[in-house]
Amino acid sequence: MTFRTILSAAFAAVLAVAAQAEDMKMSVTTSFANSGLADVLLPEIKKDTGINVQLLIVGTGQALKLGAQGDVDAVLVHAKAAELAWLAEGNGTHRREIMYNDFILVGPSDDPAAAGSAAQATEALSAIAGAQAPFVSRGDNSGTHKMELRLWKAAGIEPQGDWYRAVGQGMGAALNTASGMNAYIMSDRASWLKFANKGDLKLVYEGDPILFNQYAYMPVNPEKHSHAKIEQANALEAWLVSDRARELIDGYTLNGEKLFTFNAKAE
Amino acid sequence: MNDILQGLARAAKLVVTLNADLVEITLLSLQVSLGAAVIGSAIGLPLGAWLAINRFPARRTVIALLNALMGLPPVVVGLIVYVLFSRSGPLGVLGLLFTPTAMVIAQVIIITPIIASVAHQAIRELWADYHDLLISLEARRHQRIATLLWDGRRALMTASLAGFGRGIGEVGAIMIVGGNIDHATRVLTTAIALETGKGEFDMALALGFVLIGLAIAVNLALHILSRTERGSRW
Amino acid sequence: MVNAMVALDRVELRRGGRVIVGPISLRLGGEGITMAMGPNGAGKTTLLRALHGLERVSSGQIHWDEDARALRERQAFVFQTPILMRRSVLDSIAYPLRLRGVRRGAARERAAECAENVGLRVSLRKDVSTLSGGEKQKMALARALIMDPALLFLDEPSANLDGRSTREIEEILDHFRARGTRIVMSTHDIGQARRLADDVVFMHHGHLVEQAPSAAFFDAPQSQQAKAYLQGDIVI
Ligand SMILES: Nc1ncnc2c1ncn2[C@@H]1O[C@H](COP(=O)(O)OP(=O)(O)OP(=O)(O)O)[C@@H](O)[C@H]1O
Ligand SMILES: [Mg+2]
Repeated sequence: MTFRTILSAAFAAVLAVAAQAEDMKMSVTTSFANSGLADVLLPEIKKDTGINVQLLIVGTGQALKLGAQGDVDAVLVHAKAAELAWLAEGNGTHRREIMYNDFILVGPSDDPAAAGSAAQATEALSAIAGAQAPFVSRGDNSGTHKMELRLWKAAGIEPQGDWYRAVGQGMGAALNTASGMNAYIMSDRASWLKFANKGDLKLVYEGDPILFNQYAYMPVNPEKHSHAKIEQANALEAWLVSDRARELIDGYTLNGEKLFTFNAKAE
Repeated sequence: MNDILQGLARAAKLVVTLNADLVEITLLSLQVSLGAAVIGSAIGLPLGAWLAINRFPARRTVIALLNALMGLPPVVVGLIVYVLFSRSGPLGVLGLLFTPTAMVIAQVIIITPIIASVAHQAIRELWADYHDLLISLEARRHQRIATLLWDGRRALMTASLAGFGRGIGEVGAIMIVGGNIDHATRVLTTAIALETGKGEFDMALALGFVLIGLAIAVNLALHILSRTERGSRW
Repeated sequence: MVNAMVALDRVELRRGGRVIVGPISLRLGGEGITMAMGPNGAGKTTLLRALHGLERVSSGQIHWDEDARALRERQAFVFQTPILMRRSVLDSIAYPLRLRGVRRGAARERAAECAENVGLRVSLRKDVSTLSGGEKQKMALARALIMDPALLFLDEPSANLDGRSTREIEEILDHFRARGTRIVMSTHDIGQARRLADDVVFMHHGHLVEQAPSAAFFDAPQSQQAKAYLQGDIVI
């Protein structure tokens, strides 16, 4: 009976789903994953330590939440205040700074607000707000979003009005929106360089140290979640601060541009 | 338009060269959604048949509930399954979160109401035809259900395929409970979402075309297989 | 009537606030062929179905005799409109045996025999929906006979059959009666009724008008309605 054949084939498919290997899970932010650095690091980590790191690519808020719930074994994010609060709640063992990259301002190629000629990042934002030029905000509570809000605050501006569009989405989707609207947007450099749908957008402002973006690694607290794989998490940390990691991180380029700067301190 | 053409070209290239990543995520898509369709059918088809032939006080309520569940947003299902299977949730000890099994569970919840509802419609008509005969022959309750399921199998296959179609194209729930982990839980739809996020529209479209092709292939395969049964028009 | 099988005591069936059959009181014996007759809409089908247990009785009672238990437990019904399953002819006929746990091979073998017995000479592999009207009726008859019923209901079993097939069916029914099968059927074919019936139940407008042994009924119908019905048919 052909019907039976179909059924048994389908059942075999279900059973095949069940098997899976022992791995370690780490939640990271979308911007890190989009940078492409993970694709370079993960195979090396596996080679050197034998650990198969599975990445959960989510926003900063969700990345920390996954750690707090014990659904991952470590987190790698870039939002210092949130990280410290997370640690204070007993979710992790400690915080280890690994590297930084930077944020940039992207906007229409003719730069109607003249943000590119600003001396400081805050000045560039003031120029955009003053011109009421369209500006796309992630609006998703991500590290990038929080950085953007800090900058507005530092500039003494409360962004609101028709020109300010919070999309509540990831970096890629937000860039797509900005590209469609020909609007200004703050992005991490990696996401921008990798972004394929640039349209009329270009990089308009960069370089202010306030835009530097520190990545920190935090293992999940095994006292809170006994199943958390602290041994693998520690081994991964040891690798992340090693000379091998420094070499790979500092050596990683995208379109000829260096993206990350290794700054982990030896203990 | 250009994007679409580029996407088609890229899809063709990926398929022709049997790109290893593509094969992997396509197979996982198939496994998860076929698995969900099989389990959803095992629950939904008898449930639909049972609702069609039984009269009980809460029947209308159950059917209304079923129809309401059909419109359940996958993201909500994903969230509920996530909360249940999170390490901090009631079923956390099973360690199923971010595994294909969790994805199958989420999809089963999404597609079972659809399968049951379509099956209910089909079986109700068949039951109207068969009623007198089955009562006269004193078929027992489970025999009635078995007979209706077997003789209505063509229509029920449509129900299962509808469930499969909804599952294979679903992204909201499996993104949350699967996590879209490379080489572990990445399937066609989550890969498409990822590529779209990167602005890689032609790659996203290519995967989209593969997804459409896959859905068509599965439908055709089932119809051809079931038509090989001789002498039957249903 | 030698022994009693079933007695109807002021049985009434109401549907949609309307009385469609009854009140009827009658007794049926345990042997032979009882023929329900009467014009369209008289209530023959409803009566047969009520006896078989397919129709809910609104008031009154149906008493089955203690001695008729064997009859009651092994009934079969051939419906006025054959019920077609989505199956091959062979599997349709074999279905009642399959319900009773007979293995497929054995059930199909018996089904082929039954098809032969009722003169259903078509490819048994094909779908029942492709059968002609008469072939469908033969299929339904074979499906009823495969259980070797002790009590057999037939609702106009030869309505769509040609002369030869009608005779074949009548021979089969004769044969089963001779073996002790109790038959309750309906027909509009007066010739058939004369040939087969042991007694006649004549109905009109849902009422029992006349119940009599066959010879008495056809030679000297008592009621006006029966006279008219028999004459009307003879005239045509
Ligand atoms: N479920 C029902 N609801 C309402 N009326 C019904 C129902 N079933 C039967 N009737 C009516 O009851 C009457 C008797 O119907 P029945 O089928 O018993 O007639 P019949 O003697 O078999 O007629 P025929 O010779 O045409 O087959 C008809 O008037 C019919 O319309
Ligand atoms: Mg009738």
